[in-house]
Amino acid sequence: MAEATRDIAVVGDEGGRVYGLLAEFKDVPSFYAALGVVREAGFRRWDAYAPVPVHGADEQMGLSGSKVAWITGTFALMGLTAAVALQWWTSAEDYPLIVAGKPFWAWEQFTPIMFEVAVLFGGIATIVGMLAINGLPRFNHPLFESDAFLRASDDKFFIAIEARDPQYERAAEVLRSLDPVHIEEVRA
Amino acid sequence: MSTIHPDEAAARGLVRPERPEPAPGTVDGTIVDDPAAHPPLVLGDRDFHSITETICSWVEQKPPRVWMPLFALSSAVAGIGTIAIIYLIVTGVGVWGLNNPVMWGWAIVNFVWWVGIGHAGTLISAILCIFKQQWRTSINRFAEAMTIFAVICAGTFPGIHVGRIWFAWFLFPIPNSNAIWQNFRSPLLWDVFAVGTYFTISLLFWYMGMIPDLATLRDRAILRVRQGISSTPVQRLIDHTRALVYGLLALGWRFNIRAWKNYEKAYILLAGIATPLVLSVHSVVSFDFAVSILPGWHTTIFPPYFVAGAIFSGFAMVLTLLIPARELYPGLKDFVTAKTMENMCKIITLTGSMVGFAYIMEFFIAWYGANPYEGEAFLIRAFGPYWWAYFAMFFCNVISPQVFWSKWARTTPWFIFVITIFVNIGMWFERFVIVTTLSTDFLPANWDYYTPTWVDVVTFIGTLGIFGTFFLLFMRLLPMLAISEIKNVTPAAHAHLHGHGHGEGPDPTHAMGAGTDHRKGNGHG
Repeated sequence: MAEATRDIAVVGDEGGRVYGLLAEFKDVPSFYAALGVVREAGFRRWDAYAPVPVHGADEQMGLSGSKVAWITGTFALMGLTAAVALQWWTSAEDYPLIVAGKPFWAWEQFTPIMFEVAVLFGGIATIVGMLAINGLPRFNHPLFESDAFLRASDDKFFIAIEARDPQYERAAEVLRSLDPVHIEEVRA
Repeated sequence: MSTIHPDEAAARGLVRPERPEPAPGTVDGTIVDDPAAHPPLVLGDRDFHSITETICSWVEQKPPRVWMPLFALSSAVAGIGTIAIIYLIVTGVGVWGLNNPVMWGWAIVNFVWWVGIGHAGTLISAILCIFKQQWRTSINRFAEAMTIFAVICAGTFPGIHVGRIWFAWFLFPIPNSNAIWQNFRSPLLWDVFAVGTYFTISLLFWYMGMIPDLATLRDRAILRVRQGISSTPVQRLIDHTRALVYGLLALGWRFNIRAWKNYEKAYILLAGIATPLVLSVHSVVSFDFAVSILPGWHTTIFPPYFVAGAIFSGFAMVLTLLIPARELYPGLKDFVTAKTMENMCKIITLTGSMVGFAYIMEFFIAWYGANPYEGEAFLIRAFGPYWWAYFAMFFCNVISPQVFWSKWARTTPWFIFVITIFVNIGMWFERFVIVTTLSTDFLPANWDYYTPTWVDVVTFIGTLGIFGTFFLLFMRLLPMLAISEIKNVTPAAHAHLHGHGHGEGPDPTHAMGAGTDHRKGNGHG
């Protein structure tokens, strides 16, 4: 391994733990092609970074579909249940009031709040769930040690293979073969 | 790393790069008669970096000269409005012009007006997203900000209208010593839930859309700190503060595809649930009136008519804000093109015509229904003591937006601006006309003319100041346009489609067009 990364620049804390290798790509086509190669090479602990959600990049990386919809659906149903329970308990059970001569549990009048609370729960859960799945919020990340990486938020494209990947020895060789702009070893 | 000094690059972003003159008759090159042609969504051959530079420069550089005077003015007006509210609270709702038949006055008019304005933001961010209208990317952040500030102004009015504001917690189902609960069968309580949910979801949607752009601002601030670009201690302090604050707000976002995948799914799901939500909110607002048994209010046309009116007024307000902003920030003209504004004008004409249809249909049903009270209520509305309000409403909402059938009218910014002011005024009068129906109720002995007091007027103008203050702060401190979404509709984001046999690659000249959306949704695969 030491041999393979000999001429690769080190960024971050020189004496720190190796996070992985970071390769920069100049544009979307070379980045997109590289994703397929890294996937085919069988790496497991890796990710790609782009200023926009490049269309099809997730497929190219071999990622499965997002699970956020399950969270949204589950919490929307919980919200619906909560609204039914709240309105039924307060209006028909705990303190029944006669309003406009309607039966105590004439459910039609309770539908607007059922809908609103379902949307409220589902919406909050969508965002909180999305962040939780992505491991956010977090204060820092080893990749932020690299100045070059900070341009991922502007116009640069990156692939990072983590040191804990079982095939990490091959990472430098594979990334080099993809004609990146440059490669860095990130330590933190 | 870039060899350009970031200050220099950002300064250049403020100035529109030189470019060839657009073809005659196309305004800025985006007004094309051929429906098969796809004019560019972003002008000036901008690459990712130049998009970042331009939009971030509005936050990082000094604001336009008029920003400070405008901010001083609107915060002063907001302050005066706050004094009027405090005066109301310490004295009582008697300081308003309410009288016995008209127990709802300007407060409810202003509430409905502001909530309605908010609807355009959600329509642009959610409904146009689902319909894959890519031109929305340049205005959605702007319009969503408008929604949030408008709903804040709206929420003020029912809050202070309860009279004894220290009992406002009665709105929420909290167990209390009286052992009674809210009346969940009342549209007024539905409204609390509808507007509360609407505000929360709009705020979250706006914030989620901003996370990647806040991360962009964070990374630029960190780079400035690391490269020691700032020469003065004050500037260095600002850099550090920016890195910290934008860093906290960006939640550690680092643009990885694994996160983008979930982000895009969450975005489309939120758009999906915000779409029925936005339609429900103004329907529920209209129930405040329609569920009563008052002639002129008790009509089934109210929910669709209110929703159309809300979108109508909201689009007008977006343009009212956008057109001056385009002059203040010249770079904005590359993103908010003549085509974008033309599309919005068309929506104004469409929704204005729907509102006009509703006005006429109300009259027809009042006659056709053969209910003498209903008929009388409408005759009094148009020809009674408030005839002037009815005709102001009719002229502003039904007649004025019809000018957009003319291509000149819908592509001339100053003229659009004038019409949007008419629409804003007209929609305020619409709610005024509906509310003052109360002044002539069933018993002629009860009839009374409603006139607002100075407190009503100052409170309303004060909310305009609150809105302006928030909006100017937004323009100064947050990314005004959705940076990553705009990048995603430029050709540079899609070039990979060629030679990879992935899906049906659009040909490059069409990659910018509205017809080929690769933006949302990754449900394939």
